[in-house]
Amino acid sequence: MGLLYGLIAVGLALIFGLMDVVNFAHGEFLMLAMYVTFFLFTFFAIDPLLSAPLAAAALFVLGAAVYLVIVRFAMRAKANVGMVQIFATFGLAIVMRGLAQLFFTADYRSVPNSWLGGKTVSVAGIYLPQPQLFGALVAIAAFGGLYLFINRTDFGRALEATREDPGAVALVGIDKNRVFALGWGLGGALVGLAGAIMATFFYIYPDVGASFALIAYVTVALGGFGSVFGAFAGGIVVGLVEATTALILPPSLKSVGIYAVYLLVVFIRPRGLFGSM
Amino acid sequence: MDQQFVERRRRELITAAGLAAVAAVVPLFVKDVYVQNIMVLTLMYAALSQSWNILSGYCGQISLGHALYFGLGAYTTALLFTKFGVLPWFGMIAGGLISAAIAMALGYPCFRLGGHYFAIATIVIAEIGLLLIQNWDWAGAALGIDIPVRGDSWLKFQFTRSKLPYFYFALVLAAVAWFVTWWLEDSKWGYWWRAVKDNPQAAESLGVDVFNSKMGAAAVSAFLVAVGGSFYAQFVSYIDPSSVMGFQFSLLMALPAVLGGIGTLWGPLLGAVILIPITELTRSYIGGSGRGVDLIVYGTLIVLIALARPQGLIGLFSRRKEAAR
Repeated sequence: MGLLYGLIAVGLALIFGLMDVVNFAHGEFLMLAMYVTFFLFTFFAIDPLLSAPLAAAALFVLGAAVYLVIVRFAMRAKANVGMVQIFATFGLAIVMRGLAQLFFTADYRSVPNSWLGGKTVSVAGIYLPQPQLFGALVAIAAFGGLYLFINRTDFGRALEATREDPGAVALVGIDKNRVFALGWGLGGALVGLAGAIMATFFYIYPDVGASFALIAYVTVALGGFGSVFGAFAGGIVVGLVEATTALILPPSLKSVGIYAVYLLVVFIRPRGLFGSM
Repeated sequence: MDQQFVERRRRELITAAGLAAVAAVVPLFVKDVYVQNIMVLTLMYAALSQSWNILSGYCGQISLGHALYFGLGAYTTALLFTKFGVLPWFGMIAGGLISAAIAMALGYPCFRLGGHYFAIATIVIAEIGLLLIQNWDWAGAALGIDIPVRGDSWLKFQFTRSKLPYFYFALVLAAVAWFVTWWLEDSKWGYWWRAVKDNPQAAESLGVDVFNSKMGAAAVSAFLVAVGGSFYAQFVSYIDPSSVMGFQFSLLMALPAVLGGIGTLWGPLLGAVILIPITELTRSYIGGSGRGVDLIVYGTLIVLIALARPQGLIGLFSRRKEAAR
């Protein structure tokens, strides 16, 4: 489960952690990805495994569009940029939830009988649910890919440079908006992957994103802003803590452990585990 | 102190008194219960947002967990009344003091954190509070508390027949929150807070006690918000954890201040007067279908205002004033 949190958080790590832009609609991105998967399955009988790239592509477009239409202007604000970002994306989140209710209704939906859903695999005598296991593998691949992408490619370097000094990168011919729009698209695509996998074992309804989004923020902050590896580590820690808490406390309190660990970590290390900002 | 400044402060006070006086007579003409209900909520949100503004606007410590204090106020009052028969008036004070104490206890470790780390810590703390109350059977757990109605009385602060008493209390609450802000704006604390917000290092080097000024702002802010929570519990006479302590509520509380003008004296009031009626009207006229159209309208509005007026709607007024000069 921890790596799944990691997978939801990795898209956010890119947007929130690396570009330092707050996205309070992250949970709604996830919700939308789950619906995309659901509809592809219901109407075209495309299994979530195959539709995952489609969901990722859809969310790439959404992410880039949200940046170009909303966030770009929110970042231009001269006064209290942080609050403007928070509330512009919070407003977007409300709109997306409203649209989901309007078009998809508030009913709980699920993707039954997918290739992965409900099946387990036994590893050394321990039964593991396949969707979660697969999600974990995708999460590791996604983090690895993102890490290489940020550290080894021109685009990754452009992204970091743009965050640090948008004025200077403009001088060397980098278009800030293009870089950030791609970054948002990529962040969207990652949460699209997460949504496709989540759809195989989780109910889908308009408010589904909210609870996961909060844990994703905590995961990113726990790992520390500005670090891909941090978000990965944060995801693992969150998963372990949740599993341990579930053993001690009733299931309804399992998130308390995650939150408490976040507080403990930042009280000792105010920049998270591996943060640089 | 130069003449113009003193003059401006006096004008602000007179304006506020005038507005309060006008507001006080409005319900004598507007008898519609539905409209009165909206007015009560508007005043309550104005008060809450004004209180939030003290810590987050003036002192610059963005709290996204103020629902914690609102919930504490609501729960303290409701529990003291239903379990021990303590009058809500005492519950209100108790809730305020408990919240202020908790705000300071939490501020002790939290104020070392910067930026997003601080904001997320406030969310997480409020969320822990929410989960604990949801699992606390004695306090009604997730179902919440039904406050028994024992007839109209000021003593018990319950009124079933008329909304007017609630209206006047909400008006007083909003006026007090405004006045506290007005008064603190020109006090030592007010100057310290703005210095801490703009540049904590510079402020520290000039002898501002950064840490204690944050603590002071947190305590005042939490106290006022908790009183608002106590009021709300009496007003709706039913509370449940997610409606008074949820994360959404923390944002809704901050919204009027942000849209009106964060860190300004009039911003929260302006934001509440515009936002709350729109929220309530869209909810009742197009939200009844349960199909989310009200959410779409409301969300779009927030996005548009946030983008069009990043410094808040109050900017519309000050710009006109400058142009007139």
